[in-house]
Amino acid sequence: MTSNNIEARVRKIIVDQLDVNEEQVTPEASFLDDLGADSLDTVELVMAFEDEFKDEIRGEISESEAEKMRTVKDVIDFINKKLASE
Amino acid sequence: MSDQNLSGKVCVVTGAGRGIGKAIAEMLAQSGGHVICVSKSEESCGTLAKELRAEGFSAEHFAVDVSSSAEVTSVCKTILGKYRSVDVLVNNAGIARDNLVLRMSEQDWKDVIDTNLSSCFHWTKALIHPMIKKNWGRIVNMSSIVGIRGNFGQVNYAAAKAGIIGFTKSAAKEVASRGITVNAIAPGFIQTDMTKKLGETVVAEILKNIPMKKLGTPQDVANAVKFLCSPGAQYITGHVISVDGGLGM
Repeated sequence: MTSNNIEARVRKIIVDQLDVNEEQVTPEASFLDDLGADSLDTVELVMAFEDEFKDEIRGEISESEAEKMRTVKDVIDFINKKLASE
Repeated sequence: MSDQNLSGKVCVVTGAGRGIGKAIAEMLAQSGGHVICVSKSEESCGTLAKELRAEGFSAEHFAVDVSSSAEVTSVCKTILGKYRSVDVLVNNAGIARDNLVLRMSEQDWKDVIDTNLSSCFHWTKALIHPMIKKNWGRIVNMSSIVGIRGNFGQVNYAAAKAGIIGFTKSAAKEVASRGITVNAIAPGFIQTDMTKKLGETVVAEILKNIPMKKLGTPQDVANAVKFLCSPGAQYITGHVISVDGGLGM
């Protein structure tokens, strides 16, 4: 239940931020290669995730963590992992 | 004289209390912008905003120490809470603390770097994200001919003004894809309180080297700023425009 909720919130942010269709946001979709993001978009995405999930991730997403977030699944896994580690 | 091509745009001008900043604030207001006048002294930016409103223009003011990241962040929060985004940012605030490097205190070095250069970072960082979201923005940073050519007794001022050029070009590259232009103006010798301090003999010496044989006015600089902020200047970014009567040639 919780993980579905997180996935839905992640997908919504991506749809809003990158102006793409819901169907394009598959787990394996890469922000840069498949969803048409540029470097500024990816920074804005990370900021939007930080904002939306501030209760779950408690703090900022580090540069090295952000670099690893290449696909939709990467982001969902990252947030779930943060939740599990509490 | 007044055209309205900044109509409805929210414009922040730092160092607006006097000199070049005041002329910029007046000109942007005459172009139809809502001008947020910022200066360290409540009295000077408050008086200007009041004068502008009395002339039928749209203006307000905030007293801010631009070298303080905390103060800038806090006032930008207030501004963005009210307007959601700022369209035009003119980083004009600046001070001089001249001395030969041999005699310059570390404090005078730091004060000038913090007020003239770090302030550009604080304001840009605080206001750039909504500009990116909006896909429109104009940032104009006040450099100086001294930042290009150096000047006797001004290692701090020259370093800050040269730093502004590097800042301008880097920021311009980062946000170019979002309809935001970032440019710098490099004034030569302009009639302000800052150049008044130089004294007649120094000014006479300077005039010999200026091809136009006269000092510039704050309005000469403001005209260049106004042009860079206009919709028509949308394809000009990362530039340093000299307003110096030919001195830099």
